[in-house]
Amino acid sequence: MIGVAGGGDSRGRVTVRDVALTFRRADGPLHALDGVSLDVAPGEVVALIGPNGSGKSTLLRVIAGLLAPDRGGVAVDDRPVTRPDPTVGLVFQEPRLLPWRSVAGNVRYPLELAGWSHARREARLEELLALVGLEGAAGVRPSQLSGGMRQRVALARALALQPRVLLLDEPFSALDALTRERLNVELLALWSRTATTGIVVTHSIPEAIFLADRVVVLSARPGRVLADLPVGLPRPRAMSTLDEAVVSPLARAVRAHLEPVAA
Amino acid sequence: MTRVGALTALAAFAVAVVAWKAIVVVGGLPPFILPPPEMVGARLAEAVAEGTITPHLRATIVEVLLGFAAGALVALVIGYGLARSALVERVLSPYLVAAQATPILALAPLFAIWFGPGLESKVLICALIVFFPVAISTMVGVRSVDAGLLELGRSLRATRFQVLTTLEIPAALPNILGGMRVGVTLAVVGAIVGEWAGAREGLGVLVNLARGSLFDIPLMFATLVTIAALGIVLYALVVLVERRLVGVR
Ligand SMILES: Nc1ncnc2c1ncn2[C@@H]1O[C@H](COP(=O)(O)OP(=O)(O)O)[C@@H](O)[C@H]1O
Ligand SMILES: [Mg+2]
Repeated sequence: MIGVAGGGDSRGRVTVRDVALTFRRADGPLHALDGVSLDVAPGEVVALIGPNGSGKSTLLRVIAGLLAPDRGGVAVDDRPVTRPDPTVGLVFQEPRLLPWRSVAGNVRYPLELAGWSHARREARLEELLALVGLEGAAGVRPSQLSGGMRQRVALARALALQPRVLLLDEPFSALDALTRERLNVELLALWSRTATTGIVVTHSIPEAIFLADRVVVLSARPGRVLADLPVGLPRPRAMSTLDEAVVSPLARAVRAHLEPVAA
Repeated sequence: MTRVGALTALAAFAVAVVAWKAIVVVGGLPPFILPPPEMVGARLAEAVAEGTITPHLRATIVEVLLGFAAGALVALVIGYGLARSALVERVLSPYLVAAQATPILALAPLFAIWFGPGLESKVLICALIVFFPVAISTMVGVRSVDAGLLELGRSLRATRFQVLTTLEIPAALPNILGGMRVGVTLAVVGAIVGEWAGAREGLGVLVNLARGSLFDIPLMFATLVTIAALGIVLYALVVLVERRLVGVR
């Protein structure tokens, strides 16, 4: 997917240049990221994998403009990121839904903040609910939903403003294996339809391989890029794609970079 | 309220009345110590009919409502400041606690001297007494807003005002209304205390009259029942608002 033709379609190039970030904490400085560089082409999907505390969430926050790096910088479509941009969609590990709003109210939330007119908002809402298969649940409160449904709502909300880039931080890690598998399949289908650039943090090597065009391995703290491995599986993919011959050597390669840390 | 709920409440009320009657009969208490419930009921009906209670009730209601509105409004603003600014909290909290620790009973006569026996002194006392629970519950409520939701708001570039209206207020509402439940009942107490310290009318004045110059103990009890009923009605109103605004989450 690298090198999608230029012009209007080439939205969503992410450039991370030598990003370093240190948290000043009461118990001393904590070096979370140390010189991370990463290029993601428009429409490309990159999986970020690395041990706990390696700064994956921090890196996503920097890309989203929620945290300013101490050194280096991030650009989306060659424009430096200095503050959050609603056209960069975010899905967190927890759904982060407004419990006092219905499903529709939550999906509509970014549109309201952006000042969309009522008519446009409702039209977009319909599309989004259909996109994630929540048409029947518009009036339901988050507390009535299963974990998988909540994460669908979060996904629809992240897609509301037609983001150029979608950042997902272990989006399905709190879900059971079956739900997770199904949502991954849907996410993939969604990606093929929206042509959104994606960066997804995951702890699962098969998940990374299934979803991404490239798997980037981060080192233990402070986070650095250890490996950048192309997946090279054709799309569209199905769960059965993971049975193909190229998968095991690739999984082994990813694991090789993770293992010295895990030991 | 459900049918069952209403029946339960009615039954509990009946039990209380019967217990009251039993105490009077078993203890052989004379009416000037504890009048029996039917005597108080009859006196209440009579007082309402001859227009003894209504003007006093009206005066107290006006004091409570104005005082509650003023106190709660200031408390919302200050409570928000306490939650969002460490400086505001450091500067203000000693005075807030001191004001709360000072007995309202001691302040009431002072206010009567400063502001006279009219509406103002009572409204001020009500406002003062309502202030603390509402301010503290607002502070706690605003602080309870989930950090993840605030980050979501930031990522969507919500303005300061949008954060307030779409995140902070809805999240803090259950706490705020809890503080208002306490506040509204305290406001009734504040009005009565203020009226005791000096007023021309109000249920507190009527209690004083019935106890003193009139020496009409059944009337005094009838007034106390009215005060309690006022407290219950106001409390129920806040609960109603709470149901409408907070509902099921
Ligand atoms: N806001 C923060 N303040 C201080 N330390 C933080 C903050 N956010 C993350 N950290 C620390 O930075 C390190 C990297 O965190 P994170 O990016 O969440 O790692 P990962 O997502 O890879 O597990 C961790 O040790 C974490 O405790
Ligand atoms: Mg993380």
